Amino acid sequence: MPVPDGGRHRLVGDKMGKSLARGHAIDRLGALLCLIGLAAVIGLPFVVFKANRIVPGSARSLLQIFPPWEVLAFYGVLVLVAATALGSVSARVRLAAALIGVAAVTLAIGAAGDVLTPLGNKVVRVSPGASFWVLLVCLGLLATDAITRLRPGPAMRVLFLVLFAVVVGAVLASGLLDHLSVMREYEVNASRFAQEARQHVFLALGSVTGAVLIAVPVGILCHRIPLLRAATLGALNLIQTIPSIALFGILMVPLGALAAAAPFVTDIGIRGIGTAPAVLALFLYSLLPVVANTIVGLGRVSPAAVDAARGMGLTNWQILTDIELILAFPVILTGIRIVLVQNIGLATVAALIGAGGFGVFVFQGINQTAIDLVLLGALPIVALGFSCAVLLDALVETINRTAR
Amino acid sequence: MIEIKNLTKQYGPVTVVDQVSLSIPRGSITVIVGTSGSGKSTLLRMINRLVEPTSGRVVINGTDTATERAYLLRRGIGYAIQGHGLFPHRTVAENIATVPRLLGWNAARIRARVQDLLNIFQLDPGAYAGKFPHQLSGGQQQRVGVARAFAAEPAVLLMDEPFGALDPIIRAKAQDDLRDIQRRFGTTIVLVTHDIDEAFRLGDRVAVMSQGQMLQYDRPAALLIRPADPFISRLTGTGDRAMKLLSLTTAGEAAEMGSAEGATVPASATLRDVLSDLLWSGAAVVTVIDAAGMPCGRLTLAGILAHGRPR
Repeated sequence: MPVPDGGRHRLVGDKMGKSLARGHAIDRLGALLCLIGLAAVIGLPFVVFKANRIVPGSARSLLQIFPPWEVLAFYGVLVLVAATALGSVSARVRLAAALIGVAAVTLAIGAAGDVLTPLGNKVVRVSPGASFWVLLVCLGLLATDAITRLRPGPAMRVLFLVLFAVVVGAVLASGLLDHLSVMREYEVNASRFAQEARQHVFLALGSVTGAVLIAVPVGILCHRIPLLRAATLGALNLIQTIPSIALFGILMVPLGALAAAAPFVTDIGIRGIGTAPAVLALFLYSLLPVVANTIVGLGRVSPAAVDAARGMGLTNWQILTDIELILAFPVILTGIRIVLVQNIGLATVAALIGAGGFGVFVFQGINQTAIDLVLLGALPIVALGFSCAVLLDALVETINRTAR
Repeated sequence: MIEIKNLTKQYGPVTVVDQVSLSIPRGSITVIVGTSGSGKSTLLRMINRLVEPTSGRVVINGTDTATERAYLLRRGIGYAIQGHGLFPHRTVAENIATVPRLLGWNAARIRARVQDLLNIFQLDPGAYAGKFPHQLSGGQQQRVGVARAFAAEPAVLLMDEPFGALDPIIRAKAQDDLRDIQRRFGTTIVLVTHDIDEAFRLGDRVAVMSQGQMLQYDRPAALLIRPADPFISRLTGTGDRAMKLLSLTTAGEAAEMGSAEGATVPASATLRDVLSDLLWSGAAVVTVIDAAGMPCGRLTLAGILAHGRPR
């Protein structure tokens, strides 16, 4: 029986197979992204100009900023990128096109800032408009999709992340974007930015570290004593349902009372507001995923391996450390990855109870209706969470590959 | 020598093993056979105290096992189980080295021992030492599991359905190999199975268990000729018991003086196989040759048949 053409093509390795099987068909994700991008370019402003920080801005079209031939060149690049996204080309070409698109959009917004800012003027604000963000997201999705199709190994993904970080760092350091509003906010807050960054990382990492130290032993106990399991998971589930702001608020009461009752507690930095209740709340939120994953991981260890270990004369401690925990480690690490990324996000709210972190900029920005300041807090949080997710995913995959 | 004296295990009101006593000679293979739930595994696991007896004693070479720390006791006793129980995160060599490492052997001695065992179990050390269990076939995994049990040269080896997960052809080979290796090392093996054919194939002595009780502990032939309980007859089956009896004697053991023209059979062949050969070829007599190929007697049809009757 003759094999139909399409069927034979699908046999060719997956990433090639997809484009080959489609033949001349249009790439669906590419088409969707192109439509969204087109709508954004037509209907939304690329640049918003404000006379100062808090007045409402007015949209500026590219033609109002740049000479026509430059605008034409910019749109030409975007059209080429769109054509690449629509067609069936290899993942490498798609990735290159997406990155060229990101570069073009970034250069344009940076240049717009330079043109619109009068020399030496520190008051006017040039912000990226909605269509800039939409284009950036579309291009980012295009790049992510291309990277996924390339199926990079863990080491390659980390390399991508490092390259990405280096390029972003270089662009920021070059001064290319210095006239944009977010960078203006950074300039004003530069000294606090580093401090809040350290505090944010401390809140997230400190609470996760504490949670791992407690949750793994608790998980081991729950694995051994089934009766304990239901009660513990029930209690931790309950904690997980408390909204974060409420939990921060609830913890202020006992910690405040403790600090008032025992002055020496205050000396080591524990008070009703600030770092202590924030770390404690994040710690409590971290317990459930780590405990649950420890239980699941230990439960998946082959009973035959444990029986053989005991039968050959390993002590209970050796069975736990040499066999069970090592085999459960990838699953436990997955739990740690979940809480780390979760806490990087949740730590934002901690600013409300005086614990600092990037949330300080977010809430200050909201209070002052200064959206640029909100972005100064939000963008690093997204970058931090994304980087941690990529790094820990790569680590989990590496461990899964070596120890099965 | 393992002395099991009035060994009992109760879980609440349920008696799983009931007052079992048996004496296992040094250097022999004893097979404990029974249906599931008969208490055979529990009996085995009480020997290395994976299960603590409710009452009774186990004495190995004059030492009461209850006087030693359980994990130290177990390091001196080999242990192999169904589904091999290999550590998936350790290589074949590391798996085999488990007990020698626990006993603190030096690295060179461990390496040499692992090499020897891999060779004995027909796994090329160069190709297999560094592999992980999931890279091996089922039969190879099982061989590594048994090799690991032999690693620290234990005087006693406990095996719980070690070949249960293997297909029939690989299982028969594994059983033959185990016999050879047991003779070579002189290990005392206690093996649990639900498979009566495996019990007859491997056991110098067979203990039949049912509902926690030891019904009979004897040579395999005695189970056929003088079953102590109707359950044993049902377990061994009566339809082909004459053939089973023949399969328990080798040509070398049954050979008569004299020689014959024509076909030869090895001394290690069972009478069952020799009879089958004779029926197939239509001959009435065959020459028995020893391992060196020298004639050492002959077997006649009538002589073989006499071995298939209870005496």
